[in-house]
Amino acid sequence: MLGINQFPEYQVPGAVQHQFNPYENNGGSIVAIAGDNFAVIGADTRLSAGYNIFTRNHSKLFQLTSSAVLASCGNWCDSDTLTSILQTRVRQYSDTHENKEISLNAIAQLLSTMMYGRRFFPYYVSNILAGIYEGKGYVYSYDPIGHCERHTYRAGGSSSALLQPILDNQIGLKNMEEKPTIPLTVDRAVKLVTDTFISAAERDIYTGDGVKISIITENGVEERQIPLRKD
Amino acid sequence: MALNDILKHMPSVGDMLSDYKSTEEMDFINLSQNKVLSAPPYSNPVENLAKLHENNDNIKINFDHGTTTLGFIYQGGVVLAVDSRATGGQYIGSQSVRKVVEINDLLLGTLAGGAADCTYWYRVLTSECRLYELRNKKKISLAAATKIMNNIIYSYKNSGLSMGMILAGGDMNQVSLYYLDSDGTRTMGKVFSVGSGSIFAYGVLDSGYKWELTDEQAYELGRRSIYHATHRDAYSGGTVRVYHVKKDGWNLISEEDCLDLHRRYEAEKKK
Repeated sequence: MLGINQFPEYQVPGAVQHQFNPYENNGGSIVAIAGDNFAVIGADTRLSAGYNIFTRNHSKLFQLTSSAVLASCGNWCDSDTLTSILQTRVRQYSDTHENKEISLNAIAQLLSTMMYGRRFFPYYVSNILAGIYEGKGYVYSYDPIGHCERHTYRAGGSSSALLQPILDNQIGLKNMEEKPTIPLTVDRAVKLVTDTFISAAERDIYTGDGVKISIITENGVEERQIPLRKD
Repeated sequence: MALNDILKHMPSVGDMLSDYKSTEEMDFINLSQNKVLSAPPYSNPVENLAKLHENNDNIKINFDHGTTTLGFIYQGGVVLAVDSRATGGQYIGSQSVRKVVEINDLLLGTLAGGAADCTYWYRVLTSECRLYELRNKKKISLAAATKIMNNIIYSYKNSGLSMGMILAGGDMNQVSLYYLDSDGTRTMGKVFSVGSGSIFAYGVLDSGYKWELTDEQAYELGRRSIYHATHRDAYSGGTVRVYHVKKDGWNLISEEDCLDLHRRYEAEKKK
């Protein structure tokens, strides 16, 4: 890229350097858990940049259909663009298929293909898609260029490395000799999501203020909001 | 639209308009033409995509990376063995990636390098192979499938894609093995290993490999090679999957956690 580095004679004190900086990290964390016949997805409600907090009540959840919710965080303007285009495509699908809703796995593949379409100028976002398909709960997670994988639980965003181990222990029951048999109910999943966010708000400056949780069952999507630390 | 219709009749502007696509169409042009990706707003993505975020400590785009995969051909067919770890930087993004792609009931491919790059282009290849079947009323040969993939990859040479693939399958009533990568390499061979852990896998694989292996010996050689790679390479791990490819189709032989394998091999050593 043509920049000041190619012109050493201009690299003097006081010279203003302009550069193309399209990315910004607006923080935020997202978590999703899939159960037998439900899915729970949560996102914190803080929007920040560097050490500034812009908003304390900012939703990172996007309801796409009656059985699919997308959580998206990272660079907010990228999230906003990507999700609005995705919402348009979801709407186009139902308009061209006699009001039939697009299925969860079709959205999952569509999002992956859309993100890979920007392979050389990626959206700087962390996405998790949760929902139910044919009565079963599913969670899909993405890397910034559209690698998609199905999971039963997943954490993403600024404190993914803090949240994922809690889920690995409580739901994945990883590396245990004697595994306890606690059924995963909607109540337990919601409590786990809340607890993970309380823990993250304790140690991550980009996570806090509140959690928005969407509970997806066959009866539709129920939203809840739980307050977090505001410091 | 009205203005658009009038401008169409003006020769100089009309030509431009017929080529015009909205930014949304250009960004997601791959939804209608799956081999075309949108162009970046800068030149030379290999160097400049990295520069976009090097000035900002906060921004790190870590794509899922890191792998050990191997494939070898012996008297009973082909064995493919892979690990299942995906890492983005230092963080283990997933321990459950399926790194063997089932293209159709004759062809298998392994996935190393950028996870999104490989999965996307394998999906394109799968559709190309199915289209070939529909057009020609016969299954595509491995040679043809790898050539299609190679042509696509080569058209994106030096644009920053990162892929290393081993493809195996029935071809002219025999089994063969190909290696493809994002530099445009396409070679047929007997023993391949790809990924960050390949150097460790080769050590075990080369010392145990011979043409006359029985099926069970071959599975165990593949499994053990991947196990040793997961043991020494931090970017490899998770579960070890072993596939067997014969000329009439493939089978999934085993999926075993590295920890279970470690315990088994340690116990064998103590005997």
